[in-house]
Amino acid sequence: MAEAQTLEIRDLSIGVGEHSVVDGVDFSIGRGEIVALVGESGSGKSLTALSIMGLLSGSVHQTGGTATLEGQALELGNDAAMQKLRGTSLSMIFQEPIASLNPLLSVGAQVAESLIVHGRATSDEAWDRAVEMLRDVGIPAPEQRARQLPSELSGGMCQRVMIASALIAEPRLLIADEPTTALDVTIQAQILHLMRRLRDETDTSVLIITHDMGVVASVADRVCVMYGGRIVEQAEVHELFAAPRHPYTKLLLATIPRMDGPRKVELFSISGMVPDVSAWPEGCRFRTRCPLASDACATRPPLEAVGEGTDHVTACWHSDKVEGLA
Amino acid sequence: MSEPLLSVRGLKVHFPVATGKLFGKTPVVRAVDGIDFTLDEGETLGIVGESGCGKSTTGNAILGLAPVTEGEILFDGTNVSALTGKARQALWRDLQVVFQDPVSALDPKRTIGQSIAEPLAIHGVGKAERRARVDELMELVGLRSGQRDRYPNELSGGQRQRVVIARALALEPRVVICDEAVSALDVSIQSQVLNLLLRLQRDLGLSYLFISHDLSVVRHIADRIAVMYLGTVVEEAPTDALFARPLHPYTEALLSAVPVPDPLAERAKTGRPLQGDVPNPMEMPAGCPFVARCPLREEGCDAIRPAPIEVSPGHRLACHVREREITGASALDKVG
Ligand SMILES: Nc1ncnc2c1ncn2[C@@H]1O[C@H](COP(=O)(O)OP(=O)(O)OP(=O)(O)O)[C@@H](O)[C@H]1O
Ligand SMILES: Nc1ncnc2c1ncn2[C@@H]1O[C@H](COP(=O)(O)OP(=O)(O)OP(=O)(O)O)[C@@H](O)[C@H]1O
Ligand code: SF4
Ligand code: SF4
Ligand SMILES: [Mg+2]
Ligand SMILES: [Mg+2]
Repeated sequence: MAEAQTLEIRDLSIGVGEHSVVDGVDFSIGRGEIVALVGESGSGKSLTALSIMGLLSGSVHQTGGTATLEGQALELGNDAAMQKLRGTSLSMIFQEPIASLNPLLSVGAQVAESLIVHGRATSDEAWDRAVEMLRDVGIPAPEQRARQLPSELSGGMCQRVMIASALIAEPRLLIADEPTTALDVTIQAQILHLMRRLRDETDTSVLIITHDMGVVASVADRVCVMYGGRIVEQAEVHELFAAPRHPYTKLLLATIPRMDGPRKVELFSISGMVPDVSAWPEGCRFRTRCPLASDACATRPPLEAVGEGTDHVTACWHSDKVEGLA
Repeated sequence: MSEPLLSVRGLKVHFPVATGKLFGKTPVVRAVDGIDFTLDEGETLGIVGESGCGKSTTGNAILGLAPVTEGEILFDGTNVSALTGKARQALWRDLQVVFQDPVSALDPKRTIGQSIAEPLAIHGVGKAERRARVDELMELVGLRSGQRDRYPNELSGGQRQRVVIARALALEPRVVICDEAVSALDVSIQSQVLNLLLRLQRDLGLSYLFISHDLSVVRHIADRIAVMYLGTVVEEAPTDALFARPLHPYTEALLSAVPVPDPLAERAKTGRPLQGDVPNPMEMPAGCPFVARCPLREEGCDAIRPAPIEVSPGHRLACHVREREITGASALDKVG
């Protein structure tokens, strides 16, 4: 029997009130695999991640789908069960580090917390390991910094504190939502290196959510592209950059400001706006902005394999014309 | 030549650290430790550098949100630290900021329409006009006016950041300090916001102090770039010059660490990430701030602080070794 994937998500749907924000998302992450989740702002990346952590709250709720972690079904709606996994098998680096840290507790205590709560270390041991972890993520003078409050640290340092508290648990699955957005590129390189090391040494699987296609190119094995609450394309990283087969992916790659392009000129951007969750068009949700849209697109395109293998999938009626798009 | 709109001279911002005394002395974080720069009307100055090197603190000091330990900040010729009451209010109108963290910047109990209208209300804009202006601003930043009654927690990260930008633009300021203003946006919205910032600059002559770690974005929008390291400016140059010929070893490391959107190129990279300890602003080295991680360091770098020199018009650099390569001599030679 094939080894169970670290994470397997089937038909995940999430609603806000009566609106659907994530609609039938399927993907899996293998052991020690790094998968990047990219896509338009508001496309449901963070909600997908939060639901895997069992952290949806308020008017946001899961409306369908299943998840398994190393073959075991996850009871996403069962807070007590999920609580046990958070900080042990599952950990997450949140998109907004400053808001996710406790303003009244020293950062060292916050990093040490998961070890103590889950009874994996005494408080002295946990403190020492927290200080080491802070050093690993590049916090200078960690012995002193550990005693400070989040408000006394820079934005990027808070982000590294979050990263340290997620990594200290040595989780089976690490979800990292924009983990390096507030960091300069030399520290970013160090954090990405740390993630790769974690994967190599402990076979941890990583789901990384990022807007930075440079980061994707540098760490991801596979990429899932989301638009309008659905996965529209999935491929191995080289394949995705070299031969995208969904118009959104193609245009997304064309939008990136390049280090060798002309400066201070109008940048290419995908025209129009993501429709509100209450106003998705019927059929393909990219239809209102897609240069290839036709009448066929009023029917939802299935996520289907491109070419021979099954590794590259896309949801587009006209995927054969994508190559010709500017 | 006309006066710069904003000029920062010898700025220092030191924070006492409350926790633990070192040998009886209260340690201080030298967040900003003596920097100079200017910003002209209609110009964009990019500030890049190590996380924790004092970029946000510099912006905050200009806004009066961080204590100025030493030095002065002149806006339109007046020292901003001395302003009080009405004059200070007027300054706030001219000087706006878009912060790194959209969550703490927005009041969770107000709808986004109310948040954007807030500065207008404070400055006495009437209710009907306010409503129209909010619609206009929301459209400007790519939000639908139908979203005006939503609360911040009902928006995605990128949507929230656009609310903050709309609010900053509400009073038609002259200078906007953008502190990682587009980092949370996805590339498509990011290009729309950058296009918007460029257009506003062309049409209204806005000036930007553009703080970002994203070098491809800074390269695109900035006319000049200051590279900071540990509370100091180590190199400053017109954008094209900086990218064509980075001189400071930290600038070089920074430029080579930029991840490019090309998996083949990324995986072929052989350069190792910077080695050595990340500096601690509580224990500032006496000499060059970059000494602990510098691949070019020589004896004496740790003892003598390199002074900035101008190597070509507008291109300033603070590094002994590179200074010697360019001019034939440096302060290191005198110690022998
Ligand atoms: N608590 C909430 N209540 C109501 N709507 C929400 C809530 N959280 C998110 N949404 C909506 O759900 C959609 C998906 O949000 P999500 O945060 O997952 O986007 P994202 O892909 O992570 O975007 P970004 O790249 O901007 O972070 C958005 O339209 C957002 O407005
Ligand atoms: N209120 C404060 N009290 C004590 N120290 C502070 C305070 N604000 C900032 N610092 C310290 O000042 C230094 C500079 O912080 P600053 O936020 O300016 O960095 P930054 O360059 O903006 O970094 P980043 O890129 O991570 O946002 C850091 O060492 C930080 O810990
Ligand atoms: S299905 Fe149609 S509208 Fe959707 S991406 Fe493909 S061509 Fe565009
Ligand atoms: S002064 Fe010395 S330590 Fe500093 S950057 Fe130059 S060579 Fe490196
Ligand atoms: Mg998000
Ligand atoms: Mg900052």
